[in-house]
Amino acid sequence: MPIEIPKDKWPGSVRQVVLGATAAEGGTRTSKVVVGGETCMPFMHFEGAIPNRPVVALEIRDRRPDDWSPLLVKTWENVIDDPAAWAKAAEEVGADAIQLTLSLTDSAGQPMSPETAVATVKAVLQASGLPLIVFGPGQSEVDNLLLVAVAEATKGERLALGICEDKNYRTIVATAMANDHVITARSPMDVNLAKQLNILISDMGLPLDRVIMDPTTGALGYGIEYGYSVMERLRLAALQGDAMTQLPMLVTPGYEAWKTKESKVGEGVPESWGDWLQRAINWETMTAIALLEAGANILVLRHPESLKQVEAAIQDLMTAPDMVSV
Amino acid sequence: MALSGIQIYKLLPQTNCKECGFPTCLAFAMKLAAKQVELSACPYVTEESIALLAESSAPPIRLVSLKSDGYETKAGNEVVLFRHEKTFYNKPGLFVKVVDTESPEAIKAKISAADRYVVNYVGIELTVDGFAIEAASGDPEKFSAAVKLAREASKRPLILVSRDPSIISAGLKALEAGESALIHGADKSNWEVMAALAQEHKAALAVISTDLETSADLTEKIRGKGVEDLAIDPDTTGLGAMLTFNTIARRMALKKNFKPLGFPIIVFPKDLVAATQAISKYAGFVVIDDFKPDEVYPLLVLRQNIYTDPQKPIQVQPGVYEINNPNSEAPVLVTTNFSITYFSVANEVEGSGLPAWLMVCDAEGMSVLTAWAAGKFDAERIAKSVKGSDLASKVSPKRVVLPGHVAVLSGELEEELPGWDVRVGPREAVDIPKFLKEAL
Ligand code: B12
Ligand code: SF4
Repeated sequence: MPIEIPKDKWPGSVRQVVLGATAAEGGTRTSKVVVGGETCMPFMHFEGAIPNRPVVALEIRDRRPDDWSPLLVKTWENVIDDPAAWAKAAEEVGADAIQLTLSLTDSAGQPMSPETAVATVKAVLQASGLPLIVFGPGQSEVDNLLLVAVAEATKGERLALGICEDKNYRTIVATAMANDHVITARSPMDVNLAKQLNILISDMGLPLDRVIMDPTTGALGYGIEYGYSVMERLRLAALQGDAMTQLPMLVTPGYEAWKTKESKVGEGVPESWGDWLQRAINWETMTAIALLEAGANILVLRHPESLKQVEAAIQDLMTAPDMVSV
Repeated sequence: MALSGIQIYKLLPQTNCKECGFPTCLAFAMKLAAKQVELSACPYVTEESIALLAESSAPPIRLVSLKSDGYETKAGNEVVLFRHEKTFYNKPGLFVKVVDTESPEAIKAKISAADRYVVNYVGIELTVDGFAIEAASGDPEKFSAAVKLAREASKRPLILVSRDPSIISAGLKALEAGESALIHGADKSNWEVMAALAQEHKAALAVISTDLETSADLTEKIRGKGVEDLAIDPDTTGLGAMLTFNTIARRMALKKNFKPLGFPIIVFPKDLVAATQAISKYAGFVVIDDFKPDEVYPLLVLRQNIYTDPQKPIQVQPGVYEINNPNSEAPVLVTTNFSITYFSVANEVEGSGLPAWLMVCDAEGMSVLTAWAAGKFDAERIAKSVKGSDLASKVSPKRVVLPGHVAVLSGELEEELPGWDVRVGPREAVDIPKFLKEAL
C-alpha cells in the first residue's frame, strides 16, 4: 500500500554556532565544534537538513571536587588534581570538547583569584586542542570577576563562557564581545524566559550566532520531564520561525545525574537499584539520550563510559535510515 | 480523527425524511459530529456507512490490552506526538525476554526474579509487565514447555515469539484459559495462518516489517480476517531507523487518521540506549533481553517521568508526617509537597533510623527552589504551616530545620516563629542522616 508520508515543512532553522578557533582563525585549537543549522526536529532526516551532529563535552574541574560521587573520583583519580592532565585524559577518551568549571575556592582553600583562574584555563588550553567551555562557580559576582579575566587572557580562542543568567549576563556578554568568544545563556526551564534572555543578549549587540542556550534540565527521576518538554517546545518554536529561540541548546546531564542519590550512594540503598557503578552510568547515559532526542546540540557529561555510549548513539542517529518507503 | 459534520452528511441518505427527529440530514450530521445523538436514530443509513462512521469514531491508535490472571497491560490510545500538547496516556509495557533453548532452571530463575521485582519511586511501586518467550529451538514441544515454565513462575502477560505457526500454536495451547497473549509475529509469508491462530485464541498479533508500506499492507489483510488487536514492529535495532519508523507511524495515525498504522508499536531494543529511545519515542511494548535491576530501575523511572501529565505535578498531601516514632525531642524538618522532594527527604530520614517530624508545606507541588522562586515557599508560609499544626505543643526544644537551599529564609523565619530555634540543614537530602546524627 503506497503511503504518503506527512512531512512537516518548517519555515525556520537553528543558527549555526562555532566553538573554538584554530591557528588560521586567530586561536590555538586543533579542532573546532560546529553545532546547530538543522531545519527539522531531531534526527528527522527525511524532512530536513541536519548539517552538524550533536557533540559531547566532558566536564573537568580546576581542582579535586569536594562533592563528586566517589565513583567519578575513582575514575579520574590519576588526573583529578591536575586540570591540564584531566583535559588531556578527556580528549583521549573521545570528548568533542572540554567543559571546565571553576571553583569558588582554589586547592589551598583560598577564594579563587582571577590569576589562578587564568593560569588554569591557559594550562588546559595548552594540554588539549579541543574547544573549551568555561563556567564560573555559579555566583554572579565571582563569575563576573573570573570570566572577564579569562576572556581577556584568551582573546580569539572562541571559548564558550558561562553561565550567563538574567542577573549577570551584561558583564559576560560584554567581555565575550570584546574578546571574540561565545556565551552560554541559561534560563530556568521556561520557553518565555529563554527567549527573553536571548533578546536581552542580542540587544547588547552580540550576534546570535555567538550564543548557545542552556534551557536547564533535571536528571532522570528528578524533573527530567520538564526539561525534556521545554526543549521540544523551544525547538518547535525555532523551526516555526521564532528567531529568539533559534539557538543551539547545551544541557548538563552529567552534572544533574551525578548529584542524584542513585549515583552518589552505593550502600544502604534498596537492592532493587542494582549494581551501583552500572546504575550511575546508566542514569547519566539515559538522561543524556532522552535530552539528545529532545533537541540537545551539546551534552556535557562526566563519565567516559556514558560518553562512549552517547557518542555511539549520535553516530547511529546521524545516519539517515535507508527506509524504502521514506 | 473524528469526521466533520459535512463528511458525515455525505454518508447519510440525504433525503431529509425527518424520521431522526431533525429537519434535515445535515442537521442530524452536525449533531452526530458533536456526539450529541446516536447514529441508530436514522433508520436508513447503509451498512457501509455504519462501518465507515464507526471507524472514524475509533481512537486513532487502537488500544490493545494483554491480559492474564489478575494482570493487564494496555498500549495505544495516544493522541499527541509531543507530551506537552496534552499528555501520553498508556505507559509502554516492559517485557523481559527468555529463550526456550536456555535450561529450564535458567528460564525459571530469570522469570521468577523479574516477576518478584518491585522498586519504589516517589511512593509508586514499579514492576515489569510481563515476559516474552522466544522460540530459538525450532521445536514446538520445547517451546510449549518453556511457556508452561513461564506460567509456573509468573502470572503476568506473555508475548510468544516465533514466525513459525506450528510453534506458536503449541505455545498458545500451553497458555491458561482466558488470557490474551501477543503473538510475534506475522510477516508476508505467514500472516494468514497467524491471523487464524490469533482469531482462534483471542490473541493479539504483531506484524513485523522494516518498511511501513508492508506493515500497513499486513495490518489491512489481517484486519480483513477479523483480527483487530494488532501491534507493529519496526524490525530494526538501529536507533535512527526505529525513530523514523515510529515517528512516521505515529504521525500517520494521528494526523491522517491512517488506520493501517494506528496500532501500538512493539520494539526489541538491542541495548539500554535503544530501550531509552523506545520509551520516549512512541513504543507501546518494549521487550528487553536482560533482566538487570540497574537497567530496569532507570527504565521504569523514565517511563514514569515521560508519561506524567504535564499539567499535574505529582504531589503529596501537606501536613505533618511522623517518621520513626518521633517524641518531643525530635526535630521538625520542613519541606515542600512536590512528591519527588517529599520522598527524597522522607526516605533519608527513615533510613537514618532517627525520629523526626516532617512538616510538608503546601507549595503547590513544587520543588524547594522552584517553590521558593515562585513565592510559594517563604518564611511566612512555613510559619503558617508550623503554627497551623500542633507541633509547638508537641516538641521541646522547639527546633525547626530548613532545607539548605533556602538558608536565606532563616532570619525571617526566626522573626515569624518566636521561641523556635531555626536551623539550616544540608542542601541535599542524602546528607540528612549525617546532619541528624552530628549537628542536632
Ligand atoms: C523541574 C524544575 C521546574 C519545574 C517545576 C517542577 C516542580 N514540580 O517543582 C518547572 C518547569 C515548572 C519550573 C518552574 C520554575 N522554576 Co524551576 N527548576 C526545576 C529544576 C530543573 C529541578 C527542580 C527539582 O525538581 N529538583 C528535585 C527536587 C527533589 O529537589 P528539591 O525540592 O530541592 O529537594 C532536594 C533538596 O532541597 C533537599 N531537601 C528538600 N527538602 C528538604 C528539607 C530539609 C530539612 C533538608 C535538610 C533538605 C531538603 O532534598 C532534595 C534532594 O536532595 C531546577 C534546577 C535544577 N536542576 O535543580 C529549577 C529551578 C529550581 N527553577 C528555578 C526557577 C527560577 C523557576 C521559575 C521561577 C522560572 C519561571 N518559569 O518563572 C518557575 C517557578 C514556577 C512557577 N512560577 O510556577 C530556579 C530557582 C533559582 C533559584 N536559585 O532560586 C532553578 C534552580 C533553576 C535555575 N538554576 O535557575 N521549575
Ligand atoms: S432519518 Fe436519516 S435520512 Fe431521514 S432525515 Fe434523518 S438522517 Fe436523513
